[in-house]
Amino acid sequence: MAEVKELVNELVDKYGRERKSLLPILQGIHLERNYLSKEAMLEVAKQLDLSAAEIYGTASFYSFLDTKADGKYKIRVCKSITCEMKGKSDIIKTLEDMLKIKVGETTEGKRFSLLETNCLGLCDQGPAMLINEEYYTKLTAAKVRKILGEYIRNKY
Amino acid sequence: MSNNKLRKVDVIFSPYSVAPYEILKNTMRRPKDEVVQELIDSGLRGRGGAGFPTGLKWKFAKQQQSDQKYVICNADEGEPGTFKDRKLLVEVPRKVISGMAICAWVIGATKGYIYLRREYRYLIQDIEKELDLYHKHAAEIGLDFKIEIFLGAGAYVCGEETALIESMEGKRGEPRNKPPYPIQSGYLGKPTVVNNVETFASATMVCRIGANEYKKFGTDDQHGSKLFSISGDSPKEGVHELELGMSLEDFANEFGDGDTKAVQVGGVAGFCIPRKKFKTTIIGEGNTTGGSTMIFNSTRSMYNVLHNYLDFFSEESCGQCTPCRIGTQQLLKGIEAVKSGKKPPEYLDQLVKLSETMRLTSKCGLGQSVTNSFSSIVKNFREEMIY
Repeated sequence: MAEVKELVNELVDKYGRERKSLLPILQGIHLERNYLSKEAMLEVAKQLDLSAAEIYGTASFYSFLDTKADGKYKIRVCKSITCEMKGKSDIIKTLEDMLKIKVGETTEGKRFSLLETNCLGLCDQGPAMLINEEYYTKLTAAKVRKILGEYIRNKY
Repeated sequence: MSNNKLRKVDVIFSPYSVAPYEILKNTMRRPKDEVVQELIDSGLRGRGGAGFPTGLKWKFAKQQQSDQKYVICNADEGEPGTFKDRKLLVEVPRKVISGMAICAWVIGATKGYIYLRREYRYLIQDIEKELDLYHKHAAEIGLDFKIEIFLGAGAYVCGEETALIESMEGKRGEPRNKPPYPIQSGYLGKPTVVNNVETFASATMVCRIGANEYKKFGTDDQHGSKLFSISGDSPKEGVHELELGMSLEDFANEFGDGDTKAVQVGGVAGFCIPRKKFKTTIIGEGNTTGGSTMIFNSTRSMYNVLHNYLDFFSEESCGQCTPCRIGTQQLLKGIEAVKSGKKPPEYLDQLVKLSETMRLTSKCGLGQSVTNSFSSIVKNFREEMIY
């Protein structure tokens, strides 16, 4: 608790105690904690003098702000039409087989979450996916096995 | 000039033959009204998709009396099939930044933002380096205009300018009613110009080469060059700069794989044009001009294509207004019901009417434009929706 308070304090000092600073503050918490805990959102509400519902309402609107804890590595596979045409479903199937979870689920121990996302802006290089901040393009099942294999071995 | 042929040009991605900050400096030596008139005369329209005349937007913003004004570069490029703004920010960021600075100087703004979509977060460091460089130049030429990056958090609807502004104010990205327009009351209630990344880069080039030269590109109706993001069944996927006003037939011949069945012009918010209409369709006339062009060949199921679009729309609808929130879901359920035989084929006509109602009653461009792809696919590929 004390730690969250400190983090929010730092971010409020950096971005300002105003509503317009809300997204940068939430993103700052997310970067450190990987999600927005209830405690963190309550602390932001207190500091910015807003209702907790306003904070939650804003946070839950955006697809890159999570309000519940999930995987340390978030795998986002682009599901836009061009990535679908280039073989997105093979990519999903390979990931599901390797992680033994379905889209929308998180592995035990919260290491990987598998998500589909809307257009990543890499339509000329599909299928594409994002693992946390890393982009992977022109994917094939073999390529996915190699990439994810490395995450499992080195970064698990 | 106006024979609707495809012509490749090199205006926006041309190397910096004159440094963009020199263009800025030279432009600032001219009277502001003259620069605005130059932009109006150039015929440059917003390159994000809505196509509002850029010079007019700047003129109206200039006329506003206010202690503070803002310039926002809309880099929330979320339309499926679009990736030109990413390339611009990577390859010619100084043309984009100069365009923002020229705009700020014209309208009298001291603060600007680049609203960068969350998916492009990896570009931040490079853009910040460019901004440092710009701020040094600005100090040298005595221009009081600072630019910051504002990072989005993942929402397609925030590409709509008032939703973008709401998001910057720390709220849900729900579009506002218009009027008032952002040039009257935008970010924090102040006059704000929101332009697409490509629009700013094009404005810099209009200032560089002049309206007369710029107008030589394109046709009598559509002036200038435009970036096209090309993807799908094409051996030439990528960003291509073309003169405006070409026929879709020329386009498909150049970029298709020889087996093109349909082209989605203007992203999922645009129109799906079948092969039989390629000859009579001019890109940018009566369809949107964001530059997303997705090519489908004869192996593609147009039912799957439409299903994908509707899934996208129902997920990205902000949920604020009923026609869009419920309409997108009902269209998706509706085509599934027809496909599975639970509803008769005639049900498609009712769905087209529903999408038309959404166009008339939705609050913003998202809900209003669903009918573009919906009707064009259902009408042109009806049998694929049923069997």
